Amino acid sequence: MRELAEVRLMQGNEACVQAALDAGVRFFGGYPITPSTEIAEGMAEKLPALGGKFIQMEDEIASIASIIGASLAGVKSMTATSGPGFSLMQENLGYACMTEVPCVIVNVQRGGPSTGRPTAPAQGDVMQARWGTHGDHPAIVLSPWSAQETYTLTVKAVNLSERFRTPVILLMDEVVAHLREGVRMPDPRQLKLIERPRPQGGRENYRPFGGALDEVPAVADFGMGYRCNVTGLVHDDVGHPSGSPQVTNDLIRRLSGKVEAHRDEIIDYELTQTGDADMVIFAYGSTARTSLRALKLARAQGLKVGMIRPTTLWPFPEKAIEEVAERGIPILVPEMNLGQLVLEVERIAKGRSLVQPLSRVDGELFNPDEILEAVKELKPVKSRKSSKKEGI
Amino acid sequence: MSFDVMDYFRQETLPHIWCPGCGNGIILRDFAVALERLNYPRDEVVIVSGIGCSSRAAGYLNFDTVHTTHGRALPFATGIKLANPNLKVFVIMGDGDSSAIGGNHLIHAARRNIDLTAIIFNNNIYGMTGGQFSPLTPRDKKATTAPYGMIEQSFDICRLAEGAGATYVGRATTYHNQLLTQLIIDGAQNPGFSLIEAVTHCPTSYGRRNGMASPSDMVRWQKDNAVWIDKVRAGKAEVKDGQFTIGLLHRHEAPEFTQAYMEVIKRARGQE
Ligand SMILES: Cc1ncc(C[n+]2csc(CCOP(=O)(O)OP(=O)(O)O)c2C)c(N)n1
Repeated sequence: MRELAEVRLMQGNEACVQAALDAGVRFFGGYPITPSTEIAEGMAEKLPALGGKFIQMEDEIASIASIIGASLAGVKSMTATSGPGFSLMQENLGYACMTEVPCVIVNVQRGGPSTGRPTAPAQGDVMQARWGTHGDHPAIVLSPWSAQETYTLTVKAVNLSERFRTPVILLMDEVVAHLREGVRMPDPRQLKLIERPRPQGGRENYRPFGGALDEVPAVADFGMGYRCNVTGLVHDDVGHPSGSPQVTNDLIRRLSGKVEAHRDEIIDYELTQTGDADMVIFAYGSTARTSLRALKLARAQGLKVGMIRPTTLWPFPEKAIEEVAERGIPILVPEMNLGQLVLEVERIAKGRSLVQPLSRVDGELFNPDEILEAVKELKPVKSRKSSKKEGI
Repeated sequence: MSFDVMDYFRQETLPHIWCPGCGNGIILRDFAVALERLNYPRDEVVIVSGIGCSSRAAGYLNFDTVHTTHGRALPFATGIKLANPNLKVFVIMGDGDSSAIGGNHLIHAARRNIDLTAIIFNNNIYGMTGGQFSPLTPRDKKATTAPYGMIEQSFDICRLAEGAGATYVGRATTYHNQLLTQLIIDGAQNPGFSLIEAVTHCPTSYGRRNGMASPSDMVRWQKDNAVWIDKVRAGKAEVKDGQFTIGLLHRHEAPEFTQAYMEVIKRARGQE
């Protein structure tokens, strides 16, 4: 265990490993795939000395199954993969949602579909991370733009999964995963860590799947003596399969409700110079790095450009868009996909702001000039109301 | 025997969903008897299952139980066992569950020799979905997706497990149920991956289409076609076409995975 705060030169993938260990992850099941492999390798090396367990499974279906199993035994668990593996994980991702098993799934996005471009950056899995598994289900998806933020968001992902008893997806991209930069890590003993709610009372009143529509019920580890049944079938509050319309309705609504009701605890975004902005760039992951450069170039030319950079993609940071749309400011949404999160921006803007997608799917990063050009083509605002919130 | 089998069940979950004449209840009772004799602390027992009629067994038993996804019971069980090696982990699967969609997991669990006891309810058919063939449906038998007879070769799942590295492999039937209990006990005590195939009868989805409409026809078929391995080894019996062996079919010693991992922990900590 690290014992001091330190600054180290690290890749995003390495920062992810260190953060997971600091956050208490003690089980990793995975299968090698570029550009996520360094995470599995780091875990294989570092977990055993902490008494943790690493296992290389036979495929990604087994990888996610193994971490759900380990989490049922009470151990904070994680897996990491990329597009093809993430596709294979979808069924058991839904299982973890349905059975309310905390776990973290890292998806270092690469170019798709299919085998695509294994070493090229992309942001094509944003909608899959939200809707990839079948049925209505909650989703918490975080997306870092730097190695530093990979550290903080990995800790946050572990915490949120425990807090809400649900899988959390850390959606990275190839650039963030492989880029090396200084990462400032706190003394791990100073980190605020969250543990899943565990039952206090006796077996008789144990309701691991019960509670109000916004509630996260307490859950016992296997072996603690509560003798619980866990099933992916619709189940009642003690875990027995049920065909009751009422039980079904309550469960499906609570699974999403327990996340939706606590959006403010989950959602985070960063505002850059949005206070006086005439136009705004909405960007995440490595695309936000390029966008920040474009913003600076624009400002140097006297253009009042701001940026909204969500670190939580799901639940979608609606308020951030709401504030801009209220002022009728045009929004540029550059993404390394054919236009995915831009659909959410449009949904919230409801026609009040011009929402302009900018796509790149050639496996290359945006360059700042291209974003600057697109910003310049945005229609200027006619009547700008003053901002309530001054961004940094 | 002076124990109440119902003590092992979550009685509020009964009656079970199985059809009249199904053999699964016999296996489940044999399993409960085996657990009674094994006498493990009940709170250390975990039962994991896949998806299918047979996999519903887990939910009826009064332990920590997990009804997972189709074919994936073994990787879930692998995570549970590796995370907490003190737990005694049993895995219940159907023949399709374990050999088709879960076939890859089966060979790898066997190869790792992880200390799990897998009990395969082999009814030679996909019961839950209404009678489609499985990789364990014998050639020429009929199924809804083999209406003209099965043309594929079937697996011998015991030989498959042995070939993949399982350290304990046995087979019994719902007719030879005392043998089944004994195999489960011995398999559980084997420190490694144990596979017990329990040949069971599904008159509804298999028997009716294959000239064995009543449960008694099917149990008689088991009695007439199961050949004790000891007799075969002693040269006193032979296995004719369509017959199968029962008993302890294979056993060998090999390092167990979770124990081997403890050595990894020692090495990583520089204690070795
Ligand atoms: C991924 C997936 N594919 C298909 C199914 C549908 N399905 C449910 S049970 C089953 C077959 C069960 O047969 P078997 O494993 O032999 O068990 P049995 O019901 O005969 O006990 C199938 C195909 C499913 N639940 N999940």
